[in-house]
Amino acid sequence: MGVIEVNNLTKYYGKARGIIDVSFQVGEGEIFGFIGPNGAGKSTTIRLLLSLIHPTSGSATIFGKDCFLHGPELRRDIGYLPSEVFYYERMKVIDLLKYSASFYERDCTQRMNELAELMELEMNRRIEDLSYGNRKKVGIVQGLLHQPKLLFLDEPTAGLDPLMQAKFFQLIREENQRGVTVFFSSHILGEVQRMCNRVGIIKEGRLIEIADIRTLQQNNYKKVRVTADGLDAAFLDLPGVTNLEQQNGAIRFFYKGDINAILHKIGAVTVSDVTIEEPTLEEIFMHYYE
Amino acid sequence: MRMNILHQEFGMRRQSVIIWSLAIAALILLYLSLFSSFAADAALLNEMMSQFPKELLTAFGMNDTDLSTVLGYFGLAFLFVQICLAIQAASYGFALVSIEEREWTADFLLAKPVGRAQILTSKLLAVLAGLAITDAVVWGASLLALAMFTGGQSFETKPLWLLLLSVVPFQLFFLSVGLVVSLLVKRIRSVTPYAMALGFGMYVLSAFGDLLGESALEKITPFQHFDPHYIVQHAAYDAPLAALSLAVIVVSLVASYVLYRRRDIPAVV
Repeated sequence: MGVIEVNNLTKYYGKARGIIDVSFQVGEGEIFGFIGPNGAGKSTTIRLLLSLIHPTSGSATIFGKDCFLHGPELRRDIGYLPSEVFYYERMKVIDLLKYSASFYERDCTQRMNELAELMELEMNRRIEDLSYGNRKKVGIVQGLLHQPKLLFLDEPTAGLDPLMQAKFFQLIREENQRGVTVFFSSHILGEVQRMCNRVGIIKEGRLIEIADIRTLQQNNYKKVRVTADGLDAAFLDLPGVTNLEQQNGAIRFFYKGDINAILHKIGAVTVSDVTIEEPTLEEIFMHYYE
Repeated sequence: MRMNILHQEFGMRRQSVIIWSLAIAALILLYLSLFSSFAADAALLNEMMSQFPKELLTAFGMNDTDLSTVLGYFGLAFLFVQICLAIQAASYGFALVSIEEREWTADFLLAKPVGRAQILTSKLLAVLAGLAITDAVVWGASLLALAMFTGGQSFETKPLWLLLLSVVPFQLFFLSVGLVVSLLVKRIRSVTPYAMALGFGMYVLSAFGDLLGESALEKITPFQHFDPHYIVQHAAYDAPLAALSLAVIVVSLVASYVLYRRRDIPAVV
């Protein structure tokens, strides 16, 4: 049974589209990547699962319980880091974190201090005096201090410097190794590629693909580059070849299909160099959005 | 009800409660301190009042008011206290839930393991505690002012207590109506204009209702439901109108719970 199970979830804001007919599952201990450009419906999905908003139709369960009926109970074990962090401006960081901790039954003091130290958070500053990056750190600490079993990260790295990003990813990996399931929404594909086991790709409110990152890369097209003297690009124009272009004596194209077919074709001519690569997630992603 | 939310909400409103309370107390003391000089020239004053156009007096609720008596005078002062209390309670009502959405802190609160009804109850109790403090100060200041500035002139205590107690349902009216309106609209950008509009609007409606002799308008405004002038004259509330006020409060609160539980919390786009 999945930690998150979403069935045909649809949300319209009046007539405006939120998400349409989204279904997926996230297993226990998984880091599930949720990728798509701004406005595709990533935040809408997360906010539905947290019952901040209510679905137009469809259903969703977390830990086997209906999100919309058992929200308060479920949220005991959920940590949420929103994409835009906003807290009570007049409060001090330490007071905000204590307020956050006061919602949970367990004593969060020790974990709170550990996290604050790790993220180098100054506890006595007022929220209103913090930079965006520092607010984000407050968000990370308040989202993790109660040791949740499920984490929703909505574009978590925006505003963090690279050093903090690395620390943050390390932290998430450690949480994950302790068995925490992570729902990781992002439009930065590199970080999804590094962190996630599986990804869902969302476009204009619809989930257009769910796949293992490895299969996504392997079963997708290959990037091929052939360097040969006097070779005409048209020679390699087989079924399955796209984006064929010739530059400085090198021919580049994407190929999807039986790899032997293209190898035979290339094997028939004298070449000086051949590379065949898996595409990056970026390139796959662009392909979905063409 | 969650103690931590109540505590947090009360703390955020503490300063505002103190300022409102002190301002209203000062208003009462200042106004009552002028009573002895009014009373001394009572005959002259009442004669002057009769010169004013009747419409003007009606608009200020001073029709048939004998400013030479303690309660007649106090009842007039109380109208200004009511206007202040109306604006205060309305602003708390409008801000109660909307401020979290305007400042985007609702995501933080609603992602915690606590239900919407619990949040609303805790917030309401925190506001009620603040309003109770204001009431205590208003009552204290009224009694103090009456003891200090009436120059030994006697007055009935029953209308006074009815007047002082009427602030509770009066505040609840503006609090609950403010709250339900804030939940009916998509977003409240600034609380003050709404609170002023509701507070003053209801007062103006009451004043014009008087002027036009239009009883339909009177029925919706708490300035009529708990008209100081009426309470002083009759030593009683206008029971059907007071009951109407209570009905509006109950309906607004119930509707607020229903709307808040169903509400979609807006996100930064």
